Parts: sequence; structure tokens; C-alpha cells
Amino acid sequence: MSRLILRRLAQMALIMAVVSFVLFLVFDSDQFKRQIAVNELGGFGVATLTDDAYQAWLANRGLDVPFYQRYVQWVGDIFQGDFGFSFEKNRDVGPLLASRLINTGILAFWVFALMIPIALVTGVIAGMKEGSVQDRSVSFVAVLFTSIPEIATAIFLTVIFALGLGWLPVKSAMTGGFNPAELVLPVLTLVLYSFGYVTRMTRASMAEVMTSQYIRTAILKGIPYHRVILRHALRNALIAPFTVIVLQLNWLLSGVVVVEVFFQYDGFGKLLLDAALYGDIYVVQAATLAAVFVAVTSQIISDVGYTFLNPRIRFA
Amino acid sequence: MSEATPVLECRDLSISYFTRAGEIPAVVDFNLKLMPGEAHGIVGESGCGKSTVALAIMQYLGQNGRIVGGELLFEGRDMRTMSEDELRQIRGSAIAMVYQEPMASLNPSMKIGDQLAEVPVYHEGASPDAARQRALEMLDSVRLPDPKRILDAYPHQISGGQQQRVVIAMALLSNPKLLLLDEPTTALDVTVEAGIVELINEISRNFGTSMIYISHNLGLILETCHRITVMYSGEAVEVGDIETVFNNMRHPYTRGLFSSIPLPGADKNEHPLVAIRGQLPLPHERPNGCYFWPRCDFYEAGRCDEGAIRMRETGVGSDHFVRCVRFEEIDWEAAKPKADERPPVEAGDVVLRVEDMKKHYEIEESALFIAGGETKTVKANEDLNFVAREAETVAIVGESGCGKSTFAKVLMGLEETTAGGVFLGNLDLGNIPVQKRDAATIGKLQMVFQNPFDTLNPSHTVGGQIARVIKKFGVETDKAKIEERVHKLLDIVKLPRDFAKRRPRQLSGGQKQRVGIARAFAGNPALVIADEPVSALDVSVQAAVTELLMDIQRDHRTTLLFISHDLSVVRYLADRIVVMYLGQIMEQGTTEEIFAPPYHPYTEALLSAVPIADTHIEKRKVLISGELPSATNPPQGCPFCTRCPYVIEGLCETEKPPIQTFSDGHAIACHLEREQLERMEPVIKVADGSARPETETVPA
Amino acid sequence: MSVATAPTPASALSILDRLRTPRTLIALVLLMWVPLSSYVFFGRHLGAAQDLVLLPAIPAVLLLYIIAFRAWSESPIAVIGLTLVFFWLLMAVTAPYLPLIDPNRPIAPFQMPGSTVDGQTFWLGTDMRGRDVLARAIWGCQRVIVWGVTATLCAYVVGTAFGLVAGYLSGWWDEIISFFANVLLSFPVMVLFILVLNYLGQSGVNIVIAVTFASAPAIMRIVRGLTLDIKTRDYIYAAQTRGEHPTYIMLIELLPNVRGPLIVDACLRLGYTTVAITTLTFLGLGLQPPDPDWGLMIREASASALLWQFSYMLIVPALSVSSLILGFNLMADGLREMSLRD
Repeated sequence: MSRLILRRLAQMALIMAVVSFVLFLVFDSDQFKRQIAVNELGGFGVATLTDDAYQAWLANRGLDVPFYQRYVQWVGDIFQGDFGFSFEKNRDVGPLLASRLINTGILAFWVFALMIPIALVTGVIAGMKEGSVQDRSVSFVAVLFTSIPEIATAIFLTVIFALGLGWLPVKSAMTGGFNPAELVLPVLTLVLYSFGYVTRMTRASMAEVMTSQYIRTAILKGIPYHRVILRHALRNALIAPFTVIVLQLNWLLSGVVVVEVFFQYDGFGKLLLDAALYGDIYVVQAATLAAVFVAVTSQIISDVGYTFLNPRIRFA
Repeated sequence: MSEATPVLECRDLSISYFTRAGEIPAVVDFNLKLMPGEAHGIVGESGCGKSTVALAIMQYLGQNGRIVGGELLFEGRDMRTMSEDELRQIRGSAIAMVYQEPMASLNPSMKIGDQLAEVPVYHEGASPDAARQRALEMLDSVRLPDPKRILDAYPHQISGGQQQRVVIAMALLSNPKLLLLDEPTTALDVTVEAGIVELINEISRNFGTSMIYISHNLGLILETCHRITVMYSGEAVEVGDIETVFNNMRHPYTRGLFSSIPLPGADKNEHPLVAIRGQLPLPHERPNGCYFWPRCDFYEAGRCDEGAIRMRETGVGSDHFVRCVRFEEIDWEAAKPKADERPPVEAGDVVLRVEDMKKHYEIEESALFIAGGETKTVKANEDLNFVAREAETVAIVGESGCGKSTFAKVLMGLEETTAGGVFLGNLDLGNIPVQKRDAATIGKLQMVFQNPFDTLNPSHTVGGQIARVIKKFGVETDKAKIEERVHKLLDIVKLPRDFAKRRPRQLSGGQKQRVGIARAFAGNPALVIADEPVSALDVSVQAAVTELLMDIQRDHRTTLLFISHDLSVVRYLADRIVVMYLGQIMEQGTTEEIFAPPYHPYTEALLSAVPIADTHIEKRKVLISGELPSATNPPQGCPFCTRCPYVIEGLCETEKPPIQTFSDGHAIACHLEREQLERMEPVIKVADGSARPETETVPA
Repeated sequence: MSVATAPTPASALSILDRLRTPRTLIALVLLMWVPLSSYVFFGRHLGAAQDLVLLPAIPAVLLLYIIAFRAWSESPIAVIGLTLVFFWLLMAVTAPYLPLIDPNRPIAPFQMPGSTVDGQTFWLGTDMRGRDVLARAIWGCQRVIVWGVTATLCAYVVGTAFGLVAGYLSGWWDEIISFFANVLLSFPVMVLFILVLNYLGQSGVNIVIAVTFASAPAIMRIVRGLTLDIKTRDYIYAAQTRGEHPTYIMLIELLPNVRGPLIVDACLRLGYTTVAITTLTFLGLGLQPPDPDWGLMIREASASALLWQFSYMLIVPALSVSSLILGFNLMADGLREMSLRD
């Protein structure tokens, strides 16, 4: 068990090292160095710059030092919380990223708090009796929701609840301070999409368990049906959805980009996109590192949790 | 006894499955009367409906199965009228079941103790502690070592044989009146199976539990049951006392079944097996009248293929019924099936010579970056020595993990030897992987595989797959000639030529195995390895495929290396036998020498464990305890010392046994004194055929 | 087995059945795909041929639909999915020949659905620049379908190749390939898209590259898993023991047998790719204006027309993309159901 965690942590460290190196390599290209110059000196300034002056600027910024030295320097800075400077937002990247991550964290918390119970309960009910009316209706709703992309869900919800009924605000920019009402539509959009997926996984897992031979053994042992479901089926059926739910964190980081941009919610995803479109390199670099960190961590949690839930592997 | 209420009675029971294609009758017109204390065997091939009967008795047929006719009485009450709640109270208490795959039948994420304790808690309202105590006692009485540890273990932490004992313990916890056993030993090794069979017989003696024992193996039924029902394609075709049915069978199918299994006395030259021709019909393609007529030698048009055929009493033996319109007219003694005798084949020069062959695997427990950990050596093959001659059949016998598959891999060039040599002619193949062998060498050495369902690639046509071999080995290069050769090979394995264009999924298991044989012989091999080629096939098809293989071998004077766990088959077809255990050869010699004393203790146990479907055979019981040790941690000295009844303390555990030679080629690796080995009694004795011996299995 | 109940001429049915050979199916798919993709990729360079090039694709689409409909008729779910997907395919190949208003011509802005201006009826209204929404929605499917399918195909070729190698050769090949797959899978998909498009610049080809980076690792994992399973089968053992080269075993013995589960996955993945392309365009990272595109329509409308009476500008493209994805997902569901049945 501890061996597995250690192994996964080592893998995570290696993945982070490779990712950071690739990121550094990508943003070390001449094209992006010029982009930094543009950000600092302004587009006009760079255009009139002579080659020598540009080289001088590079030397001034320390960009002429050998590649590996700057990489070590950069990694060292990150460990000290120095992620660079955002020219677009005119502030340090570290605190900026932290505040945006908190906003996205609030969003994610509500998404998971709503989605997990609904998805698990409907999935288990559907999978308990494969082919029954409840199974067919749940499956249909689930496939419908997974088929509507976030962007379309966001539109439908906005048109109905904001533009049509006027119950909720159209945008979630939180310009007048934190307003829970502005959180409803982004959360609902994300819940609807991920709900379908997790429900389908839970249903499939439950249905598979219900056809297994040990459930037959349990039923033919003559124990009450509720105990067959609660004690024998659920534990085995929830192993697969658990890993899926944790891995949804990875997916959520994709989904938030669209939702945050559509609702203009100041979260991590919008920060990343704005920075990418503006050419705010340090922000893109830092946000990507943060995203990969979250994703890799969720993978480890999922792996370790799977092992923990599954005695066949835990005591192998 | 006949006055008592039967524990279970099926009257004209019919069960169907309802699929999109419509109603598929699984069991038709099934009758069974089970008296208290009686053990009733149901035997039949796959798809004959025997498991469906068991599930119907449990009233558990799934969503699309239904009893469509007849009555099902448990202690006189019709189970079909019971409510779900009443059924729940009967299941697991009055009727309990033991399943085919113990691993799949136990909940993987629940401790064994909790799974056992549920039975007393829910059926008798026992307190959790009392239930646990009962579970502990029951584990002890099914002879599980260290029951306390097992109570706290998860199912995957114990071996297959132990799992099956747990399942049996679970079934016995509530003192059931009726125990259903659905192929309870099929997934286990022979010596482990023998232990379970012994346990089942003990239960029957001590608890007086009525049993229904479902199996495809006639020998097992003989060892466990008083009465037997033979099923064919959803119908019971013959019912009677074991003695009567085994000795005076009155249905052509039962007769065919017995003729196609290799009993002692069958011999590949003088008394070849007689196969039942054709295939089992699919449920929706059953013929009119008797379902067996297309495969029957006594078929008479107008009688056999019309109308429903009822069970009738024969008058031979008590309560002996048979479903055949012609059984009175058939002269059962004169019409004994007999195949043509064949002259024995003289073995030629040595083709394969294995000298001190070793194959060890290193298992390193290392992570991607955290290297190190312990290195374990698995000795898959240790000091193998034997030869095989031209036109000879050498059988390698052993249970799972004995190293027979590893040996095949080395021979085929997929693994390399660790030491020693494997000579084909004069060429040492031990260290030449298959990529480095030339086409001619590869073509000389071919293999027939075990599983008919994946011996052929489902994406390519049958003809294409055979043609590829012909092309690859350079037998023919011209396109037309290749096709001609494919057709010839199909002729040889007795398949129609148009099968060349078919895909494997359109073929039955036996037909696929025939194609597999054709493929192996496409390159005119000198040596063919057959790895359990018929063990996955139905009994009535096995004989045909076995005979085919023997015929082709005879015609081509091919050396056949026959890998098997089934001593009956081996006795029938092998010229010489090599007995292996945990990677080492325990004994080798001619077939007669292996089956007669002196024995290696392991051979003795193996012979005693194999169930034989013949009432005239008396077997000496040699029970060995325990399970196969792990291959990563075998005993130091003799590998068999942990289970051997003759073990010499202080010697067998530490020192490798010497190889004692008895006659030219008969060698036993054992520490026992030569005299003690020679004094051994034969395990299998054929009683005099004229006086039918009373065996203990017949109820008094 | 099944008897035709309708008085359809038996000969017509038998011709259809005869068309179900792999060879004719591939021919039909090519007949549909080559004109459609060349129309989208090189439309402007085709000159006078531009008006004619899509004509052969129309019968091909119709024939494929009828053949697939008959083959899958046992699964109503698959048939509904099929119908949705083929509706959009038909729209893609017939768009130039339908009586539509030029999708790029500004006529009268903010016209409500059903209104008529200068004798032209705008059934679904016009957008803020006065372009016909119906025409834009129908034309918009072309780019999404062509780029989506191309990108998915590309990801499959790469993913399957690596998956076969990792699964069959194992050892170091597997360690290295799996590690790089894990690195790529650590990126949230949208982050990877943004990163790749930011680095390479925004174009259709770069979307294909980005989708390959994002999808190929997952496909590789599936193929690797299937390969690990199949390679223990006896027929692979048989091929090894007759000394076949690993390339032969991977391509001839393994590849045809991983096909089944991959087809189901491909349907789902076509859906994801469609979502990704639409979303990227919405975010301003994908295909460039002015050609009609669903993502672009949403982007433009959500920037300037967020009012109840103009919500049709958002609803139409949102419904279009949802219906196409629903089609792919239902097809996948139906196929999976059918494959489980036999």
C-alpha cells in the first residue's frame, strides 16, 4: 500500500518534471521571447528596436544565460512562489493565480456536492434492475445530458432562466461583490453535463455487479434483498464510479474554461484563456502547471482509493 | 423408503428462455423424484439443460427464463406457488447450492467469515457472535486448515480448492434438506477434486442430505450418486439406478456416450473409441420426434422422427426409464459398437531428445524507479530428461503449474532454456528463438492448441489461415497449388471443402479444433505438440477429434507430444508417459509401466484420483492432503514431499530424490526403498466382468 | 430468416444486401468523403469545379444511410443516432444546391424568425449583421464534420499504432510510450488545446494536431489493453510459433480483432471532437471567420445579442451541435448494445 503511494508519488514527480521542462522549452522559443518584449516595451517599441538593442534587452532580462541555468532558476523561483509577472493584469502571477483558483474551487465544490449524490443514487437505482422502466428512463436522460455540450447547456439555461424568466443574472462577473445567485447557472451547467457521465458509469458498474455470480450466491443464500443490495452489491459497484468521480476533477478543469468564459466568471479557466489570447506567457505557464498538478494529484487519489476499496489488490 | 415423501419431485417440468428470437425451450418434460438421503446425478453435455434444472429448483431463472409447464414439488409443496418471501426462507436453508466457479461465487470484497455468518443470522436469527462460532465450526468440519485465519481472509487469499470448501461450508451451515451441486469440481485439479468428492460423500453419509449432483463426468457421478439422469438437448433420455444405467443402458445416446469415453480396456489399436457422429443440435434447430435421431445408429424413419416420445419403464432394474421408441427391439448385446482394429505402429528413430533441460524465470519485484526488491527464481522446468521417437505418442501428464506449458514454449522457440539441451535430430533448439529458426525447422515442429474458441483468428477465413502456413513454410508457392493443398488438408480432417471460405464463428468447437489440426499438419511436421487438444470439447465430440488426430499421426508417422491432465485419455492413446509435478519429472515409462506398480507416490495418488465411469473397476483409495505449493516457493528436496503419504522425515524435505530405474526406460524419482516401491498394490483393478460387483455407492 | 412484409421488389432488396460487402462500403464512404473534404479544404482553389464536386457525394450518403439503417434496424437507439448523423451529413453535401440565402451576405440585421424582407423569407431570422441564420446553421455543419472526422481519424491512426506497439512488444516500448501517454493525459484537455494552439497558431491543421495530442493517449490505452488481452490467445501463439514477424502479427493478426470495441469508442470520440472544435471556435481559438460555423455563431451572438427576443441566434447553433453529438452518442450506445447481444 505505502509502496504503491510511493511509486505513484515518484511517477508524479517525474511527470511534473517533464511537464515543467516542456513548458519551459515551449515558452523559451524566440517567438515567445519577442512576445515578452512586446508586453514589456509595447508593440511599437519592439518594432523599432534594432537587433543589437533587442540583444541588449535579452541580456538585461537575463535571457541570454545558458538554457539549463535559467531552467534551474525558474524552477527555484516557482518553489519560492514566484511565478513571474502578468503584464495584462499588471500584478504578480502567484497571488493572481491563487485568487482565481479559489474562485474555481468554490465552483467545483458546489458542482461535486450536487452531482455526486444525484448521480450515484440514480445510477444505482437504474443498474439494480437492468432493462426496467426506471433503468430505461434514467439511461435516456443520462445520454441526453452527456450529449449536450457545456456551451449548449449554458445557452439553454441562460435563455430560460436569465433571459426568459429573469430569475437569475445573465453574467456571473461578481462585479458587485460575491453574489450566490450568480453562481447558480455556472454550477448547474457543469452539474448537468457531468451528472450524465457519472450516472452512466454507476449504472453500468451496478448492472455488471448484479449479474455476477456472487450476487446470485447471495440471493440463493436467502438473505433479504435490501441486504443483497446494500451489503453485497453496493461496495463492489461503487469502486469504478469512485475513480471516475475523482478523475472528473481533471475534466472539470476543461469544462470551467467554457463556462467561466460564457458567464464571465473570474476563475482559473478564464484567466488561462485570457492570458493565452493576450500572450501573457508567465500566466499561461503557471496556470498550466497548476492544472497539471491538480490533475496528477487527482489521478493519484483515484489510484490509491481504488486500491484501498478493492481488497483483491490491497491484499494481493 | 418408498413410502416417504420425496424431498423433491419434478413432474413434466418444462423451462423456456424468452429472447428476441422468441421462445427457446431449455428443458422439456423433465421428471425427477428425489427421496430423503438419496444422491441423484444429472449428466449431460453442454447446453443439455442440466444447470437450468438446478436454477429452476432454486426458482432463479433470471429475467428471461420461466417455467412454462409441469410441477416442481419441494417436500410436497409446489414451489411455483410460493411467494418471494417464502422462497427466500427456503433458499440457503432448506435448499442450498454449490457452484461451478468458487472464486466467482464468493463476494470479493467481503471477508469469508461475514459471508458465512449471514446464513445463521438471517435464517435462524442467531446473534453475530454465535453465527461466527458456527461458521468456525463448519469450516473445521469441511477440513479446512486454520479456520480462524480463513474466517478473516478475503476469498482471493485462499486457493481454489479451499474456496470450494468454503462454499460447501456455507451451503451446509443451515442443515439443508437438499444440496444442489453444479459441477463443483470442474475448475479444480484432479487431486484437489478427489478431496472434494471425498468430502461430498462424507456429507451424504453423516448428514443424510439429499443431493443433486450435476456433472458432465460420468466417473464422478458413479463415485457420488445412487441414481442418474442422462440428459440430451433439454430432455432426460434415461433415468435409473447407477448400476442399471452403467451396465444395462437402454438409450442409444447413453450407449454412445460410454463408447466414446476412454475406459480402462479401451486401446487405440485393438479397441478404438467409437465417436457419436455429428453435432449437438442448437436449441432452436432440434429435429422432430427424438432429438437424437440424426446421430443415432438405430434410427427408423417414420417412428423416430415423429411426434413426442415419452419416457417408458424398461423392466431392467428398478425404476429404470428410457425415452426411446425402439429400445425393446434393439439387441443390446449384439449391437455393441465396435470400431475397426488397427495394426500397432512400430516406433522409429529418436526424433526429440531432451537432456538435463532447465528453465528458470527470474521474477523481480521492482517499481519503475524504486528498483531492487527481492529476486525470486521460479524453476518452471528442472532437469528434464526424456526422448520421443518417430511415430510414437509421448504423453506429458501433470496438474496446473507442473511446467508442461513452459516446456512447450521452449520447444516452440518462444522461450530459451536456462541450461541443458532440446535436440530435434541433431539440432539443439534450446537457445534458438523462433525468429532465428529457418522455415524448415519451424515447419517440422507444430502445435495443436487447447482452446477451440481462440485457436483460430476470428477475423480471417479458415482457408486463409491454413494457406498462410503453407506459404510461410514454403510447402507450395503457386496460388492454385496452395488452394489445392488447403482442400486436401480439409479432406484429411474430414471437413467439407467449402469450409475454406468460412469464418471461425460459423464453426462448432469440434470443427474449429479440426481446422487447428489441419493447420498443424500443413507443413508436414515431424513432431506435433498437442496441448490438451480435446479437454474443452464435449464428450461426444472428443472421441472423434482424438481418433482423427491419431489417424493422421499414424498415416504421417508423426511424433506426437500429448500434454494432458487426464490420465484416462493418456492411458488410451499414449505409448509412453512422463509424469510431472512442479517442474520436475516424477516418473516416466511405457503406459503399462506407469499404470502398474511400482508407482511413484504422486502417480499413485493421481491414478486413484481419476474418476472412472466403470462399475467393474475397483480403485484403491489413496488420498493426499493439501494443495499444490506455490511455484515461486517449492520445497527444497522432493517437490511432492509436502503432500506425500510416505514422506520420510528429515530426508525428503531436504534432499533431491535419486532416480531409480526399474526396466529400460521406467524411472522413478523417489527416496523410498526399491523394495517398498515394488511392493505397492495396483490402484486400479478390473473385477471379473461376469459377476457384477456390488459397490458401496448403491444404497442398502 | 426475416421475410419482407412490404411489397418491396425482392430484387431491390437483394441488390442492397449485395452492396454490404466491405469493398463496396469503403467505396461508398470514399465517394462521400473525398468530395466533401476537398470541398472544405480546397473549396476556393477548385474554381469552376466547386459547384459540381459535391454532386457524387449525395447518392453515396443516401445509399450508406439506407444500408446502415437496414443493418442496424434491430436497435432503435442506433437508428435514431444514425438518422441524426446522416441528416447533418446530407446537409453538408447538399448545402450548395439547396435554395438557401448566401450565408455570408449581410441583408437586414436582427430580423425575427419568419420575417420577410425584400421578398426573402428568413425562416430562422437573421443575426446582428443581417445574415440568414438558417443558411449559416446548415453551412456551419460542413467545417465541424470535416475537421472533426479528420482530427479523430488522425488521433486513431497515431493512438492505435502506439497502442499496438506498447501492448504487443511490451517491455521498454511499453514503459516509454505509456509514460508519455501519462504525461499528455495529465493535462486537462482544454488546457492542452489552448497550449497547443497558442504555440502552433490557430488553424484547421493545428486543431487536428491538438486533437491528436489530446485523444491519441486515451486511444493508445484502450488499444494497449485490448492487445494485452488478445495477445494471450492461441492464434497469436500459433502465429508466433510459425515465426511470423511482429509487424505481421500486429497488423494482420491483432489489428482486425481490436476493431470492434474501437468502433464504439470512435463514435463517442467523434462527439467529443465535435464539442471541442465548436468550443474552441467559441473561445476564439479555432477556425477563423467569416465562414459560417456553429461555435462562431454562438461567439458572435453571445457577445452582442443576449436578449430574450434574440435568443434564437444562440438556440439554433446550440441545438444543431447538440443534435449531432446526440447522434454520435446514440450510435455508440446502439452499437454497444448490439455487440453485447451476439
